[in-house]
Amino acid sequence: MVSEFRALRKAPGGSGQKGRVNSRDGRAAAVFLAPWVVGLVVITAGPMLMSLYLSFTDYNLLSNANFTGLENIQRMLDDDRLVKSLTVTMVYVFVSTPIQLAVALGLAVVLDRGLRGLALYRSIFYLPSLLGSSVAVAILWKRVFGVDGLFNQFLALFGIDGPGWISSPSTALSTLILLHVWTFGAPMVIFLAGLRQIPREFYEAAAVDGASKRQQFRRITLPLLSPIIFFNLVLGIIGAFQSFTQAFIVSDGRGGPSDSTLFFTLYLYQQGFQNFNMGYASALAWLLLIIIAAFTAINFWVSKYWVFYDN
Amino acid sequence: MTTDASVAPHLDAPPPKSPSVYEVPPRSLRSRAGSVLRHALLILAAFVMLYPLLWMVASSLRPDSDIFNSYGLFVNTFDTTHYPDGWNALAMPFGSYLLNSAIVVLGAIVGNLVSCSMAAYAFARLEFPYKRTAFAIMLLTIMLPVHVVIVPQYILFANMDLINTFVPMILPKLLATDAFFIFLMVQFIRGIPRELDEAARIDGAGHARIFLRIILPLMVPALATTTIFTFIWTWNDFFTQLIFLTDPDLYTVPVALRSFIDAQENSSFGALFAMSIVSLVPIFLVFLFGQRYLIQGIATTGGK
Repeated sequence: MVSEFRALRKAPGGSGQKGRVNSRDGRAAAVFLAPWVVGLVVITAGPMLMSLYLSFTDYNLLSNANFTGLENIQRMLDDDRLVKSLTVTMVYVFVSTPIQLAVALGLAVVLDRGLRGLALYRSIFYLPSLLGSSVAVAILWKRVFGVDGLFNQFLALFGIDGPGWISSPSTALSTLILLHVWTFGAPMVIFLAGLRQIPREFYEAAAVDGASKRQQFRRITLPLLSPIIFFNLVLGIIGAFQSFTQAFIVSDGRGGPSDSTLFFTLYLYQQGFQNFNMGYASALAWLLLIIIAAFTAINFWVSKYWVFYDN
Repeated sequence: MTTDASVAPHLDAPPPKSPSVYEVPPRSLRSRAGSVLRHALLILAAFVMLYPLLWMVASSLRPDSDIFNSYGLFVNTFDTTHYPDGWNALAMPFGSYLLNSAIVVLGAIVGNLVSCSMAAYAFARLEFPYKRTAFAIMLLTIMLPVHVVIVPQYILFANMDLINTFVPMILPKLLATDAFFIFLMVQFIRGIPRELDEAARIDGAGHARIFLRIILPLMVPALATTTIFTFIWTWNDFFTQLIFLTDPDLYTVPVALRSFIDAQENSSFGALFAMSIVSLVPIFLVFLFGQRYLIQGIATTGGK
């Protein structure tokens, strides 16, 4: 997918270029693509347009939708909880993603190059990323960082009387950031695959020229790995914006304490599926899409200055 | 955990290198000490990472009174009653939630395998108008947040009286909306030599036959990766199941666990932990037996 990212950057938007089409291919394509096309129209594009329309209505599931123009946007501007949830989400995304990737990259570099037991280490570090989005692990996290949880029991060994990390507004979000960092295994595996593509000769040549390990990392590893760092960064940010389960479980669906874990998606859920303000929820969904698209675009734009493609 | 170097052979194969590199100089005492230190730190890191999970397992086997004053993993008094207690704590035995989840997961797997492989064949092997545009759209939908479509989907399924059925979780998979897997399969099919298709074509095979007899058998690794990821993602999926399933009889595991929190708050953490662990066992088993495909799957996604 890294190469697709590159293609996207070089020639934004696919041109409608036609290949050689014979009628046999065309008919077969119609059959093979039928489920995807129906899905695209009925499950994806149709609902997207509908939610765009609903964004300008007061639809609430019970009565018909009334067109209300820009009222939902007006409402957003006055919505303190929306501002709070945006702040919480931004902090979560832009703190946890870089830390997670840094840990993933660091461990990938340590594990690379013929370390014994690589497969075992890789498996153990990878496991949390499969479990991290489950309700069960969120339940566990709530207990680990509760006032009498595992973490405070450890602190008590050193005579520290820890607060209820989950129940205190100033620390609740940090525990969720930690949970996200804990799932660094997936990007780590991608980094490991990328590190394997770097020819060993580069390092040998550099070593002969007297480059230190640190210089080798900065001058060889980082530039050659930058397309993969970029890939992980883009997908990591997009994914983190959509986190939901952890905040929901830890706060019993409320986003507390004091809205300190009110992820944007959780606020959207509350508006749409608890208060049934489906028009407003649709507007929020589009705001989320615009925010994610904007950050992705910025990411692609900035990548010109730091991502290095060698061929 | 039983795993060894035979796992993921492709990734573990040493990178190609020139013969001279194999002549490793004798290791100095210093580098050996460094290696021991490195292993010690890695083992410590792995232990710290797994500790909360191990603690949950230990806690599920302790009397409730011990859970919140035991940070260790050693269980003094074994108490296995949390498992039967948790199993029967909700309106239905926990087994029926596992069954509901299994149905949803199975439907999602079948849906993804059939629909995504068909679409992937078209993108990888057929020429049709606006193919590049369609491919670009497909790639973009991978990154589309589900939240943008969830409200209208809810309205759509509500109008069709399909809330509190498994259809909203399964139907989209039958329609290839998990575009990530289409992409994965396209990458895989591109690696299958076209000569095989050509040979079959000369023998008079049509696209249906080429797809079923040649491409599908050769893309089994990609299908395995799809199966495993679909299993894990669907098993863990909370958001859509929370929205579409409100009837307790139809709860899947994540939604049932959530209602368990409400029911058991401040009474029995042991039982809640026990069922949390039960809910993680299938994922753990899939991880144990399918990690080769898991790791290859995400590595090829990023690596190509």
